[in-house]
Amino acid sequence: MLVGQQQRLQDDIRALVERFGRKRSALIPVLQELQNAHTTISDFAMQVVADELSIHPAEVYGVTSFYAFLRQESRGRFVFRLCGTISCELSGKSRVARQLENDLGIRFGETTADGRFGLEWASCLGMCDQGPALLVNDRVYTGVTPEHVHAIIDECKSTFGAHAREAVHS
Amino acid sequence: MTPVNSKKTPFTFESVEPESGLRAALGMSRADIIGEVGACNLRGRGGAGFPTGTKWNLAAAAKVKAGGTKYVVCNADEGEPGTFKDRVILSDHADMVFEGMTIGARAIGATVGILYLRSEYVYLRPHLEQVLERRRAGNLLGQDIGGLAGFSFDIHLHMGAGAYVCGEETALIESLEGHRGEPRNRPPFPVDTGFEGQPTVVNNVETFAWVVCVLSRGAHWFKSIGTEKSTGYKLFSVSGDCREPGVYEFPLGITVGELLEKVGGQGAKAVQIGGASGHCVPASEFGRRIAFEDLSTGGSIIVLGPGRDMLAVARNFMEFFVEESCGQCTPCRAGNAKLLGGVEMLQRGECSMNYLQELLALCETMQLASKCGLGQSSPNAFVSIVKHFKDEIMGRTLAH
Repeated sequence: MLVGQQQRLQDDIRALVERFGRKRSALIPVLQELQNAHTTISDFAMQVVADELSIHPAEVYGVTSFYAFLRQESRGRFVFRLCGTISCELSGKSRVARQLENDLGIRFGETTADGRFGLEWASCLGMCDQGPALLVNDRVYTGVTPEHVHAIIDECKSTFGAHAREAVHS
Repeated sequence: MTPVNSKKTPFTFESVEPESGLRAALGMSRADIIGEVGACNLRGRGGAGFPTGTKWNLAAAAKVKAGGTKYVVCNADEGEPGTFKDRVILSDHADMVFEGMTIGARAIGATVGILYLRSEYVYLRPHLEQVLERRRAGNLLGQDIGGLAGFSFDIHLHMGAGAYVCGEETALIESLEGHRGEPRNRPPFPVDTGFEGQPTVVNNVETFAWVVCVLSRGAHWFKSIGTEKSTGYKLFSVSGDCREPGVYEFPLGITVGELLEKVGGQGAKAVQIGGASGHCVPASEFGRRIAFEDLSTGGSIIVLGPGRDMLAVARNFMEFFVEESCGQCTPCRAGNAKLLGGVEMLQRGECSMNYLQELLALCETMQLASKCGLGQSSPNAFVSIVKHFKDEIMGRTLAH
């Protein structure tokens, strides 16, 4: 990591700690906002957060690795999370899963080489009456069919660039 | 591809005048508010069914530790598979939830409220922030609420980060405090030693909304609905093989068969009640009641149609629990993985009756020895599927 990047990360973390406070209860909000801005929580970032909150870096690692929506490896600008839970299974998630793998060219748990798209399973998204449900960053799609997949990916591509930062969440 | 409205019946919430519950509460003593909530026998709508009045009474009596305050926490970590009624309540009736939290604060003497929102629902956040802002502007939050001198209370949102186990109240508190969502030993209970070690009430989204109705219409009205042990209406999240999936309001005590008729699920093979941690009820038992004294549920109803493979259903549930076990205690961490392995053996047609018996004994161990409700209830679906569908799951050949 270049010194300039490190410096920016440190500055960002300090600003977040100012905003949320130096209490332990600030840890998860700090990590969430950090990830929103940088797409991942790196080892270096965990060390800085630990220093700022006066806790051991292992504590930060423990929290980061515990939660499904916090991550150390980039899943790209657009994180596709397909609901894997029972009601979405009953409504045909397996075929949507296959088509997502086909159209993105990656398997679940992977990120595209250009760093644009990541694909993972989600536990119940709470759209059980209108499955299969797919969460892309913080936007939810329901009643997804294999044919829809291509259009959803296209929609992401068209927002990538000028508006990409707005689209990046969680 | 765009989400549609899930509401399938009118909700009582719609017919209750806004802020009428809070207005009533502001004119009552703390003991009287708790008395009313206790008298109606409202039980926790998240699924555990703990009497809300009792919980509030304990928190009201607990002493604040030096320099702190009591807390009212709304559990909006709706993660149970097949449950989505809290999403609908927060979308359409957020004011009522915050009103209920404010009544709770008045009752127990809290000054800080926290809504713990699951990260999967992050798109609700701007709406909820807006509602909170409006309530602050209308003196429904902040200092001297509703003109009652000395009554100060405010609510902020706290986002979850993707962990089913955080729906368990002590895991939720751990998460609020910035830790891994690992459930605590109980006692002490949160009503005594909760967030930051202070007395804390944690209630489900729906519970707070019902509190408003109870204060507005009286305990007597609420008690006249439902059964003796399960009073009032309940929201049900219905999904799976039925014509009209969505959110329904029914009185507690409705039978599975009656419910199936209303949602267009006649002819079902089985119904999963209570989500992944609930029970699989076969057609022969559709006369049973959905109530705390019989089939208890936080509202998740998953209809399984005639052609469904029950082992595939069991496998989905076990995969879910292997993923979502926090890993803290051995019965849950190791047990769920063993059960998933067992389901896979059954799918391959390689499971002996002896091994199946061993798995059922393991289920008993998990139910008894797991630290929290997740591990204690995770074998339920497997056990009920084995019990009711043995014929279907044993001696499989590849043809399945």
